[in-house]
Amino acid sequence: MSTTTDQRYTKVEPRKSFHLSMLLYDQRYRSITIQVFFLFMLMLGAAWLIDNTVNNLRALGKDFSFAFLNNPAGYDINQRPIEYNSQMTHGRAALVGLLNTLILAVLACVLATILGVIAGVLRLSNNWIVGRLMTVYVEVFRNIPTLLWILIFGAIMTEAMPAPSAFRGDAPSASMIFNESVAITNRGVYIPAIMFERDLGSFQIGPVAPSISWVLVIVIIAAGIWANKQLIAHATRVQNATGVRPKTWWKSILVLLGPIILFFFAMGAHLEYPELRGFNFAGGTHLRNSLIAMWLGLGIYTGAFVAENVRSGILAISKGQTEAAFALGLQPGKTMRLVILPQALRVIIPPLISQYLNITKNTSLGLAVGYMDLRSTLGGITINQTGRELEGMMLMMLIYLAISLTISGAMNVYNSRVKLKER
Amino acid sequence: MSNIESQTIAYVRDTMIPEQAPPLTESGAIKWLRENLFSGWFNTVLTLLSLAVIWWSLAAIGPWLVNTVWNAGSLSECRRILDGTEGACFAVINDRWHQLLFGFYPSDLYWRPVLALVLLFVALAPILFTGLPRKMLWFSAAYPFVAYHLLWGGSVWLPISALLGFVAGGVAFVLVRKINGLAAIFASVLAPVFWWLVVAGPFDDAMSSVLPLGLDFVRSDRFGGFLISLVIGVTGISLSLPLGILLALGRQSDMVFVKSVCVIFIEFIRGVPLITLLFTASLLLNYFLPPGTSFDLILRVIIMVTLFAAAYMAEVIRGGLAALPKGQYEAADALGLDYWKAQRLIIMPQALKISIPGIVNTFIGLFKDTTLVVFIGLLDPVGLSNAIRASTDWQGIYWELFIFIGALFFIFCFGISRYSMYLERKLKTDHK
Repeated sequence: MSTTTDQRYTKVEPRKSFHLSMLLYDQRYRSITIQVFFLFMLMLGAAWLIDNTVNNLRALGKDFSFAFLNNPAGYDINQRPIEYNSQMTHGRAALVGLLNTLILAVLACVLATILGVIAGVLRLSNNWIVGRLMTVYVEVFRNIPTLLWILIFGAIMTEAMPAPSAFRGDAPSASMIFNESVAITNRGVYIPAIMFERDLGSFQIGPVAPSISWVLVIVIIAAGIWANKQLIAHATRVQNATGVRPKTWWKSILVLLGPIILFFFAMGAHLEYPELRGFNFAGGTHLRNSLIAMWLGLGIYTGAFVAENVRSGILAISKGQTEAAFALGLQPGKTMRLVILPQALRVIIPPLISQYLNITKNTSLGLAVGYMDLRSTLGGITINQTGRELEGMMLMMLIYLAISLTISGAMNVYNSRVKLKER
Repeated sequence: MSNIESQTIAYVRDTMIPEQAPPLTESGAIKWLRENLFSGWFNTVLTLLSLAVIWWSLAAIGPWLVNTVWNAGSLSECRRILDGTEGACFAVINDRWHQLLFGFYPSDLYWRPVLALVLLFVALAPILFTGLPRKMLWFSAAYPFVAYHLLWGGSVWLPISALLGFVAGGVAFVLVRKINGLAAIFASVLAPVFWWLVVAGPFDDAMSSVLPLGLDFVRSDRFGGFLISLVIGVTGISLSLPLGILLALGRQSDMVFVKSVCVIFIEFIRGVPLITLLFTASLLLNYFLPPGTSFDLILRVIIMVTLFAAAYMAEVIRGGLAALPKGQYEAADALGLDYWKAQRLIIMPQALKISIPGIVNTFIGLFKDTTLVVFIGLLDPVGLSNAIRASTDWQGIYWELFIFIGALFFIFCFGISRYSMYLERKLKTDHK
């Protein structure tokens, strides 16, 4: 039935000629026209911006270089996860700031997750008063800006906590808590620190010098978790082959805790308690007010959002799933662990990770309470001292962008792994 | 059989027993308490813990709130009145509320921002509640110009000539549409540009000299407090939604180049903290613009906040677009609708409905993020609370200011979120 064989139809040749109007009216060309126009305008805009920048920089007598990162910084940073003093370079100061940002982000993420899971589950509880209390928590924290919460917690720490001098004397008006081990003062919180009698020193990789003992601790814990995984996999294989699951709980405890306890014992680990010396506490680990305010502010604020994610995740699982699991004869605990949780987590985790992203970005509010994060070091004092706004801001934005893209990349990997496989 | 029956059933009651009240434990408050608060050992522990928390917070805050001092000139006067007892000093709000709300706006002109706020609700009403007459939308369209004039003041002819530019665009579109549809679009773009660049200036001057109407001009640096949060927040919210829709459509587009530009823009904005963008607005914009140009800091902040919120909005709307079944797109194609008609009549109404919670969350987030402008020196409520604390009268006052500012933000954000719940219920079409 093609046109060549059927003579009743006359063949109409498509018009070969090309009209200019076809660029807009012909669907084959229209999208290309629009894109070329768009590209042209965009390049024009970019060229205009770059031209302006070059002219402005020349007028100010500045060049565009990152050499300032190698100059001595000349300012102090109060919270130093790695060795730093004011003689070191701006680049090193930025690195200290970045580490502070990451420390705060991790701490706040942990707090937000714990609070959020508890509040989200309790908000669904059939206990009337607990449900209302959690609703109040979620609504109050969600609807007031995080900056205000950070300032409030900062004020609580500096204004409402006792001064170190209140701990002194025969009848002190304040006392340390947890068996004389933790002191909460208006200069910060002092907690015991783990020290090793036989320390192994440290080693240098690039700009940082991690302690060998602590690297070993992490290695041993990771190895323990890996060995425990093997144990459980072996138990599952045995169960599949014989139908009887061997008891593993005591082996798990042994594998997880045994080596690390032995290691601590061999290294002579002990706790160093903070003590009141002179006008202040000494020894132990000093958590500064700025860190505490940021940690509580970000953690409790974001916890309210996580609670909503958890609640909607649990509500998203239909009741039929629970009933089906019961019909199969699963106990309530196993129903939760094997049926409900895996499905709820698929709903909960993506928004949870975007909350982690928000926390990481909100650490840049550290300036409000004087927390020396990346924005306060590289994007604050360094820029003010060197006058390199353009380079400093670009570098800082790139670092934040890299952190964000890493986290969202991890989320994409997770999403594709747990994606509902529909057939 | 009947014989046995007659022996076993000796007596059958033939009257009803009067109804009895249920047992005490199965009714009223006791039943409710038992089921809702003490249904097991775990729930009992939770209830007791919650009661302890509530009692503890009331005991800590209650007396402090009850002993409030409302009239005092300074914190030391407050303390003298309290005379050693624990008590709040809300006198600071009484003394400085006008600063927290209006910043350094001239006090005899307070009626202007107040009127602008009242008119804002009038302008929003027809958008938020569909039951109202549609003609009110004309006022909503004119509201931005009215609000600008009320807030900043100056000659009345400046906003009018700006508004006339849009009118010129509309008139040009209607006139040229009869000749050619495509030319009408060009005309509707070119006419306002021509108006603003060529006609508006002389028109403004001429009208001002003929009829010098206007309000006292208020410089942007007099703005502050909650006024600045509302100006930035409301403008950002109303501009970020259309921009976000465009970005979301761009990200879904088949055009490779448009798509990649949108993706880069969205991911960049979402990847950096807002505060870095605000610093860009305050520090770096001088580098990117021709030498000598400088424009209002509030305007710069509004642009940055809008771009920031638009990127988040785009992702929310993209989620709504992705949640639509493919059949909707195919049905639109089958009806022969072109791209924009399909978007306007079929895709967007459904996608936006799905994304209402996300959109509202972005709005609330944007409104809360306006507090970050304190870092670039604008005096929003947080900035003013620092300023008030720096004055000798109110040195060392924290909680009262925080409570006042927090309550203001809470009322606005909570109100928005309640409205969104109402909207979701109203637009719900499924039969669950």
